[in-house]
Amino acid sequence: MTTEVILKIAISGVLTGLVYGLMALGLSVIFGVVRVVNFAHGEMMTIAMYLVIVLFSALGLDPLIMLVPISAVLFALGYLMQRAIINPFINRPEHSQFMLLVAVAIVMVNGLLLIFGPDSQGITTAYSFDSFDLGGVIIDAGKVYAAIAALLVAVALFAFFRLTLTGKAIRACADNYHGALVVGLNVKQLYALTFGIGAACVGAAGTMLMIVTDVTPAIGPAYTLLAFVIVITGGLGSMPGAIVGGILIGLTEALGGFFFTPSAKTMFSFAILVLVLLFRPQGIMGRKTA
Amino acid sequence: MKFLLDGVPRSALVLLALFFAGLLFAPMVANDYVLVVLVTILYFAYAGQCWNIMMGFAGQLSLGHALYIGLGAYITAALYVKFGVSPWIGLFPALAISGAVGALIGFLAFRFGVSGVYFAILTIAFAEFARIGFDHFTWVGGAGGFFLPVANYTQNDFFNLRGSQRMFYYILLAMTVAVFILCHLLLRSRAGYYWLAIRESPEAAEALGINIFRYKMYAVVLSAALTALGGVFFAFFYNNLFPEQVFHISRSIEIILGPIIGGIGTLFGPIVGAFLLTGLAESLREVMLRLGVDLPGVKQVFYGFCLLVVVMFLPDGVWPPLKKKLGLDRDTERKEG
Repeated sequence: MTTEVILKIAISGVLTGLVYGLMALGLSVIFGVVRVVNFAHGEMMTIAMYLVIVLFSALGLDPLIMLVPISAVLFALGYLMQRAIINPFINRPEHSQFMLLVAVAIVMVNGLLLIFGPDSQGITTAYSFDSFDLGGVIIDAGKVYAAIAALLVAVALFAFFRLTLTGKAIRACADNYHGALVVGLNVKQLYALTFGIGAACVGAAGTMLMIVTDVTPAIGPAYTLLAFVIVITGGLGSMPGAIVGGILIGLTEALGGFFFTPSAKTMFSFAILVLVLLFRPQGIMGRKTA
Repeated sequence: MKFLLDGVPRSALVLLALFFAGLLFAPMVANDYVLVVLVTILYFAYAGQCWNIMMGFAGQLSLGHALYIGLGAYITAALYVKFGVSPWIGLFPALAISGAVGALIGFLAFRFGVSGVYFAILTIAFAEFARIGFDHFTWVGGAGGFFLPVANYTQNDFFNLRGSQRMFYYILLAMTVAVFILCHLLLRSRAGYYWLAIRESPEAAEALGINIFRYKMYAVVLSAALTALGGVFFAFFYNNLFPEQVFHISRSIEIILGPIIGGIGTLFGPIVGAFLLTGLAESLREVMLRLGVDLPGVKQVFYGFCLLVVVMFLPDGVWPPLKKKLGLDRDTERKEG
């Protein structure tokens, strides 16, 4: 058990964690603005992952190129979901929203199961078996590309929310719903946009994840849970928190899987979740709110 | 007992009596298949009723009730298989441990003001924790599963819960009726009124001097222990336990679908929901069998759409509007019933 090996595990954990972070960022953006907990988040990601499989086998496109079209498709899916079914639930009680999205999630998981069957599927890219050698520490090239792409998307999203007028308008809705209505913002439209953006994040994350892992229809709920764990750990509604939480959970799972058994790795992220909920319920980067 | 029936219209009593009589005599005419379907319905009605104590009465959303089912199942099954302890004795430690785990989760959450979605996630986290834990718990088979010995029983061994499906049916019917009456009594008790107050507005309840921490804890512990009893039944009826199935989140969701579709917080909701869902699922299975279609997932997609429709168009569930239509409301205006 040399330092190189541990370092390799840690770095690849951080890289995967960045992709997880992007996935969680989508959830965080949706919750921060629309105040709806997207319980179908991981399932939406599996839809993106299957899109990668379809596009890859049909056109042989590289996932890094597919990033844009798949994010666009997921954006449309999110936009329509918000418009058609979630919007009437904005003022319903929490459990009611929860059940709505659980229903959507059930339909998604089993719809994928119907279309693609239960077997695990993956893709092999030109760089799947490449690696970088950093002074004896060997890092998978695919993970590096995926992490960089995820980071770029996250940065673009930060810029969008800070710099563009639409981004500022969305943040205004998040800060003060009634105030946003009073100054004449089209909140309904902005909510749908936000849900679309959150879905696009998860679409990008799913595309990147296909470089490093396989997909089955049943994996959706596990990713939903993972996104929740990350977002709560980082701070629900905090954008940097999602990335930090993603890195932390990615690292924990990698090291936990290495030192104990890989099948028990999620236990460690749940342990972190419990600790965070107990000692810092607002999350690592979260602000204390009611 | 008489006060339970106060203000209930005669037509409702007649319907209830007929319904109960139907359940009581069903095994005389039903074949094995119908009996298993009825057991499934009652199982979900029972578990749904237990979940309803926490969510429907006290307003605490648990998405991890599979945890208590699993604990109840594994503890009694392990005691029976490893030490020959009768499930009737084994259920005491099973209920106590499940209640204690419920208390632990409740304590952790309520002490620190974890509520709403956060609480729901915490319950999922504990159930998942248990699932992965039991996957690696080789003493009870780990991921490979834990099995109870099965034989062809000529005689019912009531003491060890080994016997015919008919025996299980009546045990489960008794459990369902008992928990129904218990919930009925609870709703008329001081705790019941406190729970409803906490559900409607925790702040207002606290301002009125209700110890909301204590009463939320009562709800969680009671719900957990009663659900574990359902787990005991599960273990001895199905005779095999796999962590991936018993503790899986889809099990937790299955339990709560019935009460949500039937009507959260109502006494008949879980029962109506269980009949509707299982009935629909079985009819769908039958239709698919006739059509010669065998696709995994169709049933769940259908489930999902049903849930979607109910949540969107009947936010209070099926039972409250149905009750109104049948004219079964109590004379005195009450929210539950």
